[in-house]
Amino acid sequence: MPLFEQLYNFAHWLSKNREEAEDLVQETYAKALRGFSSYQPGTNFRAWMYRILRNTFLTSRTGLKATMTVPLETDDDGPVVVVADSQTPESILLDRSNQQVLQDALQQLPLHYREVLLLCEVEEMSYQEIAETLGIPAGTVMSRLSRARSALRGLVREKLQGVQKG
Amino acid sequence: MACEQWQPQLDSYLDNELSVEAMRSLHAHLRTCPACTADALARVQFKRSIKAAVGGRFAPSAEFRAKIQKSIAAKPRWNWNFGWKLATAALALVLFAGAVTSYVGKQSLERQQFYTELADLHVATLGSANPVDVISTDRHTVKPWFQGKIPFSFNLPELQGTDFTLLGGRVAYVGQSSGAHLIYQIRKHEISVFILPAAGSDSVFGADSKVERRQTFNVEDWTQGGLRYVVFGDSSADDIQKLSALLKAAVEQK
Repeated sequence: MPLFEQLYNFAHWLSKNREEAEDLVQETYAKALRGFSSYQPGTNFRAWMYRILRNTFLTSRTGLKATMTVPLETDDDGPVVVVADSQTPESILLDRSNQQVLQDALQQLPLHYREVLLLCEVEEMSYQEIAETLGIPAGTVMSRLSRARSALRGLVREKLQGVQKG
Repeated sequence: MACEQWQPQLDSYLDNELSVEAMRSLHAHLRTCPACTADALARVQFKRSIKAAVGGRFAPSAEFRAKIQKSIAAKPRWNWNFGWKLATAALALVLFAGAVTSYVGKQSLERQQFYTELADLHVATLGSANPVDVISTDRHTVKPWFQGKIPFSFNLPELQGTDFTLLGGRVAYVGQSSGAHLIYQIRKHEISVFILPAAGSDSVFGADSKVERRQTFNVEDWTQGGLRYVVFGDSSADDIQKLSALLKAAVEQK
């Protein structure tokens, strides 16, 4: 089965729940088989599959709840303020014992940041593929990714400082 | 370019999304700027950390995999139907192609036999001491002679002003039916003109014919007004064509 493990991992990160992830993957394959005629050969098959899964998630109860909690931001349009960060926690994260911190931080990220990071860092999709999957312009992918990374760094830093204080 | 201007580019650079020129410029900057190099390195480590912590974090169970495989295998029944349809269509095509080939082959064989028969008649007639039964250069004599001898009537062309001469005619028996066999002459070459009742399949010839080479003779063959005309001889293709044109024009006159 093409993309089975990857789709399942993505579904689990979106829904944060094993049963829901299974339902999502099952529904994705069913929809892909039913609508295979709508797939245009030559276009990106992977982006097509991920788009089906994501759209299925967005119309699920958990997905609707997640999209409702997304803050009303203009982040995708405005300029990205990048701060030179000399105190980045990245080197600490290489330690395996700290992977849990990173996982928790990702779980806390809003859906629109979480999904764009997953597609870029885990699936290693190009900006164009991500744009196709999410149905947004490639420029928006770039700015959203930048904000998602900043947000994730901020969360990780908070958590690590909390651990140190505790 | 100052470091602040490069900062927003670092992520795109590490995501392999920068243009070749921008990448070249950034490389040049990184070689001279330890701060940006350290920043880029930190970002690479962060990317790797995310991949390590998140990628493959959740693996599907074996039961779930089996369930999906079963549901996928059950779905595409149409594939079988499609396969059968395809096989049936292919078989039908093969049978059709076979039938066409066999039909065309049979037609070709029949045609071959027909021309062989005409060639025999042509040669035998010219070699005979009495090649024609009605000796006349006048078409108004030759045509009535056939009355009561063949089951159809036909028109013959006026040859005045042409190089052709009518020598006469005889009854020919081709393919178990009777027809008219006329002998024309042009510059010592003798040309046979066969006029036969057209069989069903002869309609494929039509009046739009051209000279072909058969059994070493030049032949022009067409069907017009329910009759099949075959002009047969050893003279040039041009002569055969001219005589055929005269005959066609005579049929049109009625």
